[in-house]
Amino acid sequence: MKGYLLKRIGYMLITLFIIVTATFFLMQLLPGTPFTNPEKLSAQQLAVLNAKYGLDQPVAMQYLHYLGNLVQGDLGYSFQHEGRTVTSMISTRIGPSAFIGLQALVIGAILGLVLGIISALKHNSIFDYGSVALAVIGMSIPSFVFAALLQYYIGVKLEWLPVALWEGYSSTLLPSIALSVTVTATVARFIRSEMLEVLGQDYVITARAKGMRENQVIVKHVIRNALIPVVTMLGPLAVSIMTGTLVIEKIFSVPGLGEQFTLSILVLDYSVIMGITIFYSALFIFVVFVVDIIYGFLDPRINFKGEAA
Amino acid sequence: MKNTVLKVEDLHVSFKTQTGNVTAVRGVNFELKKGETLAIVGESGSGKSVTAKSIMQLLPKSTTEISKGDIVYDGKSLLGLSSKQITDIRGSEISMVFQDPMTSLNPTMKVGKQIMEGLQRHQKMTKQQARERALEMLKLVGIPKAEMRLDNYPHQFSGGMRQRVVIALALACNPKVLIADEPTTALDVTIQAQILDLMKDLQQKTETAIILITHDLGVVANMADRVAVMYGGKIVEQGTLDEIFYNPQHPYTLGLMQSMPKMNEDRSKPLMPIGGSPPNLATLGEGCAFAARCPHTMKVCHSFTPRDTVVGEDNHTAACWLQDPRVQKPKAEPQETAEVVGVT
Repeated sequence: MKGYLLKRIGYMLITLFIIVTATFFLMQLLPGTPFTNPEKLSAQQLAVLNAKYGLDQPVAMQYLHYLGNLVQGDLGYSFQHEGRTVTSMISTRIGPSAFIGLQALVIGAILGLVLGIISALKHNSIFDYGSVALAVIGMSIPSFVFAALLQYYIGVKLEWLPVALWEGYSSTLLPSIALSVTVTATVARFIRSEMLEVLGQDYVITARAKGMRENQVIVKHVIRNALIPVVTMLGPLAVSIMTGTLVIEKIFSVPGLGEQFTLSILVLDYSVIMGITIFYSALFIFVVFVVDIIYGFLDPRINFKGEAA
Repeated sequence: MKNTVLKVEDLHVSFKTQTGNVTAVRGVNFELKKGETLAIVGESGSGKSVTAKSIMQLLPKSTTEISKGDIVYDGKSLLGLSSKQITDIRGSEISMVFQDPMTSLNPTMKVGKQIMEGLQRHQKMTKQQARERALEMLKLVGIPKAEMRLDNYPHQFSGGMRQRVVIALALACNPKVLIADEPTTALDVTIQAQILDLMKDLQQKTETAIILITHDLGVVANMADRVAVMYGGKIVEQGTLDEIFYNPQHPYTLGLMQSMPKMNEDRSKPLMPIGGSPPNLATLGEGCAFAARCPHTMKVCHSFTPRDTVVGEDNHTAACWLQDPRVQKPKAEPQETAEVVGVT
């Protein structure tokens, strides 16, 4: 177990290093620099700014410099917001994104599980067909369409919840609901097919032949086994939804990380682009790691020694 | 006279398919007495497993229907019971061992717990009592270091050991009837013998009646007191082990015996297979299901279904027109008869 953990952590660091390197050089390929604004800045002013942020040095030097700082946990300063560290920019923005995302995840996971489990148990019934149809619709229509519909009907027509405002808990509901549609659909489809597979397994018949009541069979033998693969799917889904989605944050004016990310790409705020990319990637890699560990506890057939079971 | 624990009367089971109903079991009759082993043999698709699962009512209600007949356990009909009452009987009075031990245990539950579940459910045991009983069962089926093995998961056992666990699980509540659906088919031959010995041994200790479903006549010869031969959803011949093996009367049983390799026979002589292939149950109508493959076919075989006729000692019956007293027996050699009548 210990050896496995160390090996995994090593791989995680290598992955992160590759991401940092690739992002850094790709970013350099973007046309312009953070200070390209010839109408307002004289050549002399530009030179001063470039020197201050180290942009006058060769790219390789900039890269090494960046890596050196990164190892010490320093993500640098924003190129566009004088005196603000990237770390502080991420930490002030992550709150709203994470809250909306987490809320969407909870709503989506619960609804999706309920819907998926019931439709598997009532396989080939009207309910099953209905929920499959809903899931397909939920997965194929982008969330911003739902966002607009929610804004119009619940925000404008019914005036139950604010349309686009960041004030108090009530303003988190619409963005979360809009985001949760995809989660619900994904989870419902996934758990339904897993349930159907487990229901056809021999050990379910064994459990029935033991005389277990049907609800015990479902809870102890079917759902438990069907949920294991769902965990693997939920981890990455959680990260992608919690780190903020650009469009939803824009539509509902949520001051989240997704919005910040696009903004900094548009103005070529190098250090912020790098910072947010690293943050996203690190979180993602970490969650995948945690999911793998949890998987080992949920499924006794997995062991961490790398031996065949 | 030993008393009957289970009686199946004129059982008909049909499946709903898109092209209409298919009757997989078409009038099965048998009796099982206390402590005896009844082997049900027959080829794939002859309705053996469906019969077994109907007794346990483990067939999905949405697609199957027991359209006729009755299953009587201990004097009461099982078919009229509510689903709650049938779960009370499953596992405690009648239990089942399945074919493939690799898939018939829950992979994420410790084997001890899988055995304990049934005990806690049926015998209202506390966790501690159930654990002790599970341990006792694992020792009984010959699992070494049983104490430690209770907390192992199924993947930590070999195939033969898993089948022992499945047997321990099935016998934990002291059922009166054990249905073993091809319990050794998925195991290799040396393990097969061990498992069969174990089952025989346990049967003597517990006086459980066993319905052994198999297509392996070697297993039958080793285990059974009585044998029922199934073909096309019906029992075509039924009798004691000796009667069936030494005095087979139905042409299908005869064919089965001839197609089995024998130790003391000349090996250069080829085995005699039964020609043709099993009938399609969806299109089977009146008449004997074996008629199309039978070397003794007569006209009557194609139009009327033969009834069970007593053909030997100890209630040895066969459903074949050749045995029916109303039919005049052909005097010529069987092979020639087949040609004279003309198999269509």
